[in-house]
Amino acid sequence: MYAFEFERPSTLADAVAALSDGEAQPLSGGQTLIPTLKQRLASPGKLVSLTGISELQGIRVDGGNLSIGAATPHAQVAAQDHYPVLAHLAANIGDPAVRNRGTIGGSLANNDPSACYPAAALGSGATIVTNKREIAADDYFTGMFDTALDEGEIITEVRFPVPQRAAYAKFEQPASRFALVGAFVAQYADGVRVAVTGASNEGVFRWTEAEKALLANFSADAVSGLTLDGAGMIADVHGSGDYRAHLVGVMTRRAVAAAG
Amino acid sequence: MPMDGGIGAATKRREDVRFLTGTGNYTDDINMRGQAYVHFLRSDVAHGRITAIDTGVAEGMPGVVRIFTGADFEGVGGIPCGWQVTDRFGAPMQEPAHPVLAQGKVRHVGDPIAAVVAETREQARDAAEAIAVEIEELPAVVDMKAALEDGATKVHDDLTSNLCYDWGFVEDNRDSVDAAIKGAAHVTTLELVNQRLVANPMEPRVAVGDYNRASDDSTLYTTSQNPHVIRLLMGAFVLGIPEHKLRVVAPDVGGGFGSKIFHYAEEAFVTFAAKALNRPVKWTASRSEAFISDAHGRDHVTKIELALDKDNNFVAIRTHTLANMGAYLSTFAPSVPTYLHGTLMAGNYKTPNIYVNVKAVFTNTVAVDAYRGAGRPEASYQIERVIDKAARELGVDPIALRRQNFITEFPYATPVAVEYDTGDYVATMDKLEEIADIKSFAARRAESEKRGKLRGFGVNCYIEACGIAPSSLVGQLGARAGLYESATVRVNATGGITVMTGSHSHGQGHETSFAQVVAEMIGIDANMVEIVHGDTARVPMGMGTYGSRSLAVGGSAMVRATEKIINKARKIAAHLMEASEADIVLKDGQFSVAGTDKSVAWGDVTLAAYVPHNYPLEEIEPGLEETAFYDPSNFTYPSGAYACEVEIDPETGKVTIERFSAADDFGNIVNPMIVDGQVHGGIAQGIGQALLEHCVYDEDGQLVTGSYMDYAMPRADDLPFYTVDHSCQTPCTHNPLGVKGCGEAGAIGSPPSVVNAVIDALQSGGYKVDHIDMPVSPSRVWQAMQG
Repeated sequence: MYAFEFERPSTLADAVAALSDGEAQPLSGGQTLIPTLKQRLASPGKLVSLTGISELQGIRVDGGNLSIGAATPHAQVAAQDHYPVLAHLAANIGDPAVRNRGTIGGSLANNDPSACYPAAALGSGATIVTNKREIAADDYFTGMFDTALDEGEIITEVRFPVPQRAAYAKFEQPASRFALVGAFVAQYADGVRVAVTGASNEGVFRWTEAEKALLANFSADAVSGLTLDGAGMIADVHGSGDYRAHLVGVMTRRAVAAAG
Repeated sequence: MPMDGGIGAATKRREDVRFLTGTGNYTDDINMRGQAYVHFLRSDVAHGRITAIDTGVAEGMPGVVRIFTGADFEGVGGIPCGWQVTDRFGAPMQEPAHPVLAQGKVRHVGDPIAAVVAETREQARDAAEAIAVEIEELPAVVDMKAALEDGATKVHDDLTSNLCYDWGFVEDNRDSVDAAIKGAAHVTTLELVNQRLVANPMEPRVAVGDYNRASDDSTLYTTSQNPHVIRLLMGAFVLGIPEHKLRVVAPDVGGGFGSKIFHYAEEAFVTFAAKALNRPVKWTASRSEAFISDAHGRDHVTKIELALDKDNNFVAIRTHTLANMGAYLSTFAPSVPTYLHGTLMAGNYKTPNIYVNVKAVFTNTVAVDAYRGAGRPEASYQIERVIDKAARELGVDPIALRRQNFITEFPYATPVAVEYDTGDYVATMDKLEEIADIKSFAARRAESEKRGKLRGFGVNCYIEACGIAPSSLVGQLGARAGLYESATVRVNATGGITVMTGSHSHGQGHETSFAQVVAEMIGIDANMVEIVHGDTARVPMGMGTYGSRSLAVGGSAMVRATEKIINKARKIAAHLMEASEADIVLKDGQFSVAGTDKSVAWGDVTLAAYVPHNYPLEEIEPGLEETAFYDPSNFTYPSGAYACEVEIDPETGKVTIERFSAADDFGNIVNPMIVDGQVHGGIAQGIGQALLEHCVYDEDGQLVTGSYMDYAMPRADDLPFYTVDHSCQTPCTHNPLGVKGCGEAGAIGSPPSVVNAVIDALQSGGYKVDHIDMPVSPSRVWQAMQG
């Protein structure tokens, strides 16, 4: 990697100040950024670690919400039992080393089109809380590796409304074990949400057609006749757009069935 | 029962203690005082003409010692090829130059253009980025068929085309095979791809060059499976250093699977640069670098035809293969699709007419060479897939069709120039049917179907030629090396033994199994025997480890040397006991005089050899050290039968392996636990090839699968618990241990049964799918199911 300066502030205010330097980049668990640096594919002048800030750590239950500090590693999310589906999703990200380092805030800020957490956040209608504002998940994911975050804006917390029932079905890409297609289905008092990761060239998206069908009848059969167009889907050595479109249907049905 | 620690004992691997506790000594653990580091600037385009290299800015960067380019290697030899194939018209193959650093052109992504030597690794890399290289890009030659078309862009301007050779085997069989196929009752044709793989040993390659100005000696520490071969090739053909001034050390090596057989440019570079700079130079490959600089494996495109008579007897096999050589000829690349592949096309079957045609092709990709099995998996895959297809077409049971055509009498001379000494294919198939519990398959299938899954059963047989190889034979076939093996057995005064073997262990457990053999022969504890390998300064000229040859060839040399030791020790014992040598019996480490109670212990004899106060000096010399070189008279022919049972999720196309059984005949076995481990590892690699691994280039010659994000390695949860059995044993008839070799069997024997099982599962679900190319990934299965 190229040389860079390194700061590890202990307060959010210090982190924001450190990031005001245009050359600076935030570093959370580093599970994407560190390999990128090692490949010399990024050259930030300064890295500001967010892992020393106690405000960004921890999990708390707040009414019907589960609030997770942005710098909380996946392993801790996997260990909580307030939102079991989210725990299950976190427990299947990467391997133990990844889960002990990678953080929910880092994953959402990166918005990898095949990552699991974006599906959970969008599928749960989560709120992404930053040092400046609260962003609804529906407004947050703006495309592959793209989010509504401004330069220097830091995610501080993610608030998940805990659904009545939910499930996440992930079909793994054989090499990376990221989601080739992952479908997150959640039912709330006021509606059903279906969020799909891994499939689209636009990144995570809501399958509104499936949501409507499930609102009328929350069963796998209700979505079995629905199809998606493979044209806008990712096509690579692991599968065509048509295959991914097909898998979205399969994974959505499985998630609905698993949600019970 | 085998003696404790002797032949047949499942002794735990003594080397594992250091491997598992971080106390191994790998090449990257070697750091020399004052060493500098090299970083190679590699081409990021597949094909292009270098029009300018400006190192000016880079040379002024911090820490830079010196920057080398192709110009520094003018007058230095190129990387040699160790095997010359003669084509079917009698002409030698086209053999391009392979410079240490690119000269004039770059020919694949990863081709080294310049080498920066600096005080630190990072400084070397920083400076490499500051080198200005202008490359006029040329069209990339990637597809083999396109590469052979008239007017195709040439990878090597000075060759007449991209065709390395057009090889026929046996060429004289060509017409008779054509006629047999024409007259056959049934011909099954199958076109298939044996896809390109990356070897991916756990330890990437490393090389450290050192030079002693006082003595003018050069030393290379390298991750090699055969240090003597590297010394010979690099010393004689590249750098012009005589062997007595060049030492090559391959210490602990963390896996090779073939990819560390070959002599690589980086080895020559660090040795050259160490002398030029008079300081040690070290290179450690990153994993990314390994993907674009280690020789790849396989990459064959084949059409095979199997002809049968009206009674379903095999009458002919004709096969046409395009074999990718990559951009340059790696050390043994030409031999893999020819003599390691064509000679195995008879498989386990008595097919009277066989013709194999192979066209080897240059492309703008990384060189392809031997990878676990090397040519034999490609042969086995074709035969065992086409037999299954034929059985389906003819409506006969695939096992019965195999059994009907088995070779049952030995020795058996095939129509493709080899003679199998022993085997019992009926016995291994019987054993397989038993351990695979084939009788209960229907119940298991019904249970899968209840869960909405398709279950399939696939078998295959395999034969391999191992114990490579009789030197005189391979010499006739174009090898530029002999393939004997060496051993020196040095008995110390107090009875402990150091064996210096020309074989090289890079994961095989030789330190344990070789010691078991010597211990058994003398009747002493295996802990009294130490195995030394991997250092040309300590070990006699040896040929290294590949082709499942170590125990069959290296072990045989060690047996011969130990026999010489025992013969001499008997003379000493006879003298000490004032008995006739003919009456001396060696048992459990004691020499005794037959019919008396007189005996001397092993240690008494060894001490006498070095303290010869009372010694037959007029008859024999003091000391107890013997060397033997063993050149086999034939290959060995391990064989077996494998069965795979898969489930397919018809909604996603995902294949899971539910059961895997292997019945192998390896002849005699020294350490059954190590054999199990070798088979398990081989099957894991075979399943990796069948389901997961695929090295993909795009049409511009860019490597699409250049990391583990896209190159799928098998993981524990991709693999089942295996049922392996090696109780069928037909000992090799021509080596002293009766052993055949087991290192590659799993990788050779497993891919066809996996694919056969997948096709069986799909057919059981009503899907008319005849073939899916490997890797049989979920998307490929799903695509095939769409019709």
